[in-house]
Amino acid sequence: MVKVWEKPESLTDKVMHYCPGCTHGIIHKITAEVMDELGIRDKTIGVAPVGCSVLAYNYFNCDMQQAAHGRAPAVATGIKRVNPDNAVFTYQGDGDLASIGAAEIVHAAARGEKITTVFVNNAIYGMTGGQMAPTSLEKQVTTTSPYGRDLDHAGHPIKVSEMLSTLPGAVYIERVSVHDVPHILKAKKAIKKAFEYQLEGKGFTLVEVLSTCPTNWGIDPVESLDWLKDNMLPYYPLGNFRSPEKEGK
Amino acid sequence: MGKTLMKGNEAIGEAAIKAGCRYFFGYPITPQNEIPAYLARRLPKENGVFLQAESEVSAINMVYGASGAGARVMTSSSSPGISLKTEGISYIAGAQLPCVIVNIVRGGPGLGGIQPAQSDYFQAVKGGGHGDYRVVVLAPSTVQELVDLTMDAFEIADYYRNPVMILGDGILGQMMEPVEFKPLNKRDSKEKTWATTGMKDREQNVINSLHMDPEGLENHNIDLQEKYAEITDKEAKSESYKTEDADIVITAYGTTSRICRTAIDQLREEGIKVGMIRPITLWPFPADAFEDVIDSASKFLTVEMSLGQMVEDVKLAVDGRKPVEFYGRTGGMIPSVEEVKEKVKELVGGEK
Ligand SMILES: Cc1ncc(C[n+]2csc(CCOP(=O)(O)OP(=O)(O)O)c2C)c(N)n1
Ligand code: SF4
Repeated sequence: MVKVWEKPESLTDKVMHYCPGCTHGIIHKITAEVMDELGIRDKTIGVAPVGCSVLAYNYFNCDMQQAAHGRAPAVATGIKRVNPDNAVFTYQGDGDLASIGAAEIVHAAARGEKITTVFVNNAIYGMTGGQMAPTSLEKQVTTTSPYGRDLDHAGHPIKVSEMLSTLPGAVYIERVSVHDVPHILKAKKAIKKAFEYQLEGKGFTLVEVLSTCPTNWGIDPVESLDWLKDNMLPYYPLGNFRSPEKEGK
Repeated sequence: MGKTLMKGNEAIGEAAIKAGCRYFFGYPITPQNEIPAYLARRLPKENGVFLQAESEVSAINMVYGASGAGARVMTSSSSPGISLKTEGISYIAGAQLPCVIVNIVRGGPGLGGIQPAQSDYFQAVKGGGHGDYRVVVLAPSTVQELVDLTMDAFEIADYYRNPVMILGDGILGQMMEPVEFKPLNKRDSKEKTWATTGMKDREQNVINSLHMDPEGLENHNIDLQEKYAEITDKEAKSESYKTEDADIVITAYGTTSRICRTAIDQLREEGIKVGMIRPITLWPFPADAFEDVIDSASKFLTVEMSLGQMVEDVKLAVDGRKPVEFYGRTGGMIPSVEEVKEKVKELVGGEK
């Protein structure tokens, strides 16, 4: 028998707790594959956020620290400054990164902190039961925007990648999606590049991954992929916003 | 080594370096700014890292990361900044990480003022952040003690895997006194095999304070309490001054204890028998020191630069067996020797 696929070594054998159809699992898997391919599992330290992925330390098979809500970039800064030769990454949701932790991510990027952030944007708060996130779309119905997000009242969804790419310390910023296989492959490539640039000591790197939350969107998993494509892609265009090549670094 | 004349805040910075601390994360706030400024100059020359964070919230979380990665690490701030740090302190205590936190206290609540105070006592010794946790709190009263206790703080932190706070005030931070840097009082701490340094040939290390299973969390808390009981048993420290024959026993810590000491000397010249218990650890509170004087003293008096916080712990230690009185000034006002003397005289003359 020919083995066509193997679970990455950088993932543990634990069964993930994510809801059926949630793309957090896919993003974990491609991140772990990148660690395997780069052979950096034994020198990587990950930082888990607060949010559905709070238990990421149970799934990534590398050294991990769990951080307070939004503070992962500060925790990662402490780790990286002590161990500059290690690979350090944060894995954060949109509530974690763009709301309570907005200052931490902006300043980690501004300092050019040599870490990699995997930023999972599912346009909603998952763990706490579907509240509005800073990334929720106009008219999106959530438990705390029951009549749909009103821009006049709640303000505009934050385009994190665009915002952070104004900061010179951020050397690599790319937005990707995991709604189908070709995009998953592209997403993995982007995460790999982000780690490579970190290891080369170039500066702050972030990959924003558009992700689904079937449970709190109230849509079945397959339709969720379509919802992402139809609603998120137009507002959150995919692509590279910053790279060392463009910046001449 | 001879003595050097040093400002309190700078002495803290040098003591940290002498204790092997090579990482400092902080954010400016008066009256402790000389600590980060000193370390910004010194740490790069010691192959260390000084980093000014974007906020106190961020600074304490950098401390969390650095400590989890196995480093000796310190942060410093003053009252409003410590309030912001309490989130991180709770996580650090929960994850059982060692670190040193300096609070050079100013008057509050709110933005308060920038003058010295002791009104963060509750916050320091009773928790401040959420959960059943404790921070070891050390209260120096001289610049020499700032040095000695800062150095000890790192050893205590590593030994128990617990945050240790130095609670000073603006006067101590700003005053200059001669100091001597003695060799570090090393403890037999375990190796940091739990640190996240990259797994290499071992199993994964996880630094964490999340326990989703309530029984697991209860057990974790019970373990923490056992550690706190051991600390209470072994680390409570105080200094007794002229208490042997004292009728009135004053309790005061830090700068206030120096004022009280002068008042005691002057009152003794007038034939009034006063003494003092000066807590050096505020948590654990040195309750045993009160047992030695509880029979001979007729009254206790607590003096603080607050409107009555430590007085509650003194009352617990005395446990209703003798009256406990209080005198305090707050908001940056400092109790004078005269005021303390007057209060003692009122107690001596006052009816039982
Ligand atoms: C200080 C603090 N505030 C609020 C919470 C509650 N909380 C837990 S997860 C979460 C939202 C997480 O949403 P997101 O980052 O989008 O991640 P997702 O669950 O969608 O993956 C919130 C508000 C908390 N744990 N700590
Ligand atoms: S609540 Fe949403 S984000 Fe969280 S695991 Fe379920 S589907 Fe995924």
